[in-house]
Amino acid sequence: MTSAKEVVFKPLFDNNPIALQILGVCSALAVTTQLSVTLVMCIALTSVTAFSNLFISMIRNYMPSSIRIIVQMTIIASLVIAVDQFLQAFAYEISKSLSVFVGLIITNCIVMGRAEAFAMKNPPVLSFLDGIGNGLGYSVVLIVVAVFRELLGSGSLLGYEILPLVGNGGWYQGNGLMLLAPSAFFIIGLFVWVLRSVKTEQVENAEFRIAPHASHSHEGAF
Amino acid sequence: MGLRRVLDDLEPHFNQGGRFSKFYALYEAVDTIFYSPSKITVSQPHVRDGIDLKRVMITVWIAAFFPMFYGMANLGYQANSAILNLGLTGTGDWHEVIISLIAGHNPESLWDNMIYGAAHYLPIYFVVFMAGGFWEVLFAIKRKHEINEGFFVTSILFTLIVPPDIPLWQAALGISFGIVIGKEVFGGTGKNFLNPALTARAFLYFAYAPQMSGDSVWTAVDGFSGATALSQMATDGLPVIAAATGEVLTWTDAFFGQMQGSIGETSTFAILLGGAMLLITRIASWRTMLGVFIGMAATATMFNLIGSDTNPHFATPWYWHAVVGGFAFGMVYMATDPVSSSMTNTGKWFYGALIGFMTIIIRVVNPAYPEGIMLAILFANLFAPLIDFSVIRANINRRRARGVI
Repeated sequence: MTSAKEVVFKPLFDNNPIALQILGVCSALAVTTQLSVTLVMCIALTSVTAFSNLFISMIRNYMPSSIRIIVQMTIIASLVIAVDQFLQAFAYEISKSLSVFVGLIITNCIVMGRAEAFAMKNPPVLSFLDGIGNGLGYSVVLIVVAVFRELLGSGSLLGYEILPLVGNGGWYQGNGLMLLAPSAFFIIGLFVWVLRSVKTEQVENAEFRIAPHASHSHEGAF
Repeated sequence: MGLRRVLDDLEPHFNQGGRFSKFYALYEAVDTIFYSPSKITVSQPHVRDGIDLKRVMITVWIAAFFPMFYGMANLGYQANSAILNLGLTGTGDWHEVIISLIAGHNPESLWDNMIYGAAHYLPIYFVVFMAGGFWEVLFAIKRKHEINEGFFVTSILFTLIVPPDIPLWQAALGISFGIVIGKEVFGGTGKNFLNPALTARAFLYFAYAPQMSGDSVWTAVDGFSGATALSQMATDGLPVIAAATGEVLTWTDAFFGQMQGSIGETSTFAILLGGAMLLITRIASWRTMLGVFIGMAATATMFNLIGSDTNPHFATPWYWHAVVGGFAFGMVYMATDPVSSSMTNTGKWFYGALIGFMTIIIRVVNPAYPEGIMLAILFANLFAPLIDFSVIRANINRRRARGVI
């Protein structure tokens, strides 16, 4: 039996859904230009993952296997609609800048992946914690990406000016690439690089190695 | 053979177990500048030839001197003309301190122009070389591979495709991105699928778009702004006004490079001299170059025939496309990069034609980007392995149909 501590903390760095399983990358590109938007997205995704895990785990023994995906989708979709409505009611501005990406949580591979891989086999409380853990793992990467993108792209964090921009009379030249979606790929890539340099057991085996083509001769060169 | 003895005496310190074994890559780099490497090919196929990566790269480096020297003179000429026309006294920044020591601002004087150009170009080159060299050495030491002359080529080519007015920190940032993300993350020279110099340039292009593509960066004088020939053509078609003289730019002037632009890209003539050197030494592929040219000419002619009432760039003939912007530089120095281009002879034709085609498509049809060759080459770089794969599959199928295998 996996311990509660393990299911919450393992997805942070040891088994990160984005950095190791490379799931849910699409929203990491889309919602990370501003840290405040990212934080809301992280909370939304974490709560959807946690509660979908909880509910699916509760009814897992009553679900016919042949229609389980549809049942899971129904639960996830209902939760996403609830989250979306909640945001529109209480955080309208942020909900506008998140636009379709809240709705797209339904298709986020992390939510479905945890439901299928964990909640279907484990009791409700543990599943709930697993959802929290994976949501946090997702959040860690998104927050790192958003911090770099907002800081380097617009010179601010959470809307507060940190590096005064040249345009506003400061000295910092905003990096326009950071405001474009591809920069998130670079930052996620660098994040994975750093993570795997520290935790070398995550490094994948090379598919093939190029055979050595030359060697030193001490008889002198020709 | 005193030097050989000195190097041999030093070698044990750098070998495994020696005090400086970490820095073996540096020792190897210095050693092989003076003496040919003691490494010999052991695996098959086994070709005995004096040519190696070192010699290839150094030849490209020297071939890039043609546009480099012309670029410096032209940079000075453009800037001094602008200074004369605006009635200024100097560049208006720290470069002036160096220039005023040994030269004036007469656009007719080659000396003044060269000094002006050198005062702008050499700091860029120095900074790029230092920043890029830092990453190169760092990765060589950490990854235990050799320091590669490929970096000489990357750094000089990168400095030739940046605008003369580029801030030095941007140059350093750009080359760092090009070397690390464009090359080293994939394992270093020979394993990158994008051209590192172009990756660096593309990074700057997207990161600092207003500065890198506006009208004010192409002449290294504070407060001077003039659209390049290419962006004038994109908005108004031919004829084009030369920024330095205020007169109509003739094709001959454009061919010899008397216009604004990135440092090394203006003179098609100087670039072709370097290209001739690369072709005679058989380092660059004539198939790639010709493929790029044919692709460009065919696509430009196609647009001429289609015609357009709203977009005057449709009517630009191929011989103008060939001499403005970075087309010639891209064709000769960038598309022919042996690592990121197609490897097969048939593939090189397709690869080149794809670049020529995309260049014109981006130049003519996309209003956001006046220049297309950089993105076209990066785009074709992505397709190069697929092109090679298809060529090899086609060959296998052909031989199978013939019953050979």
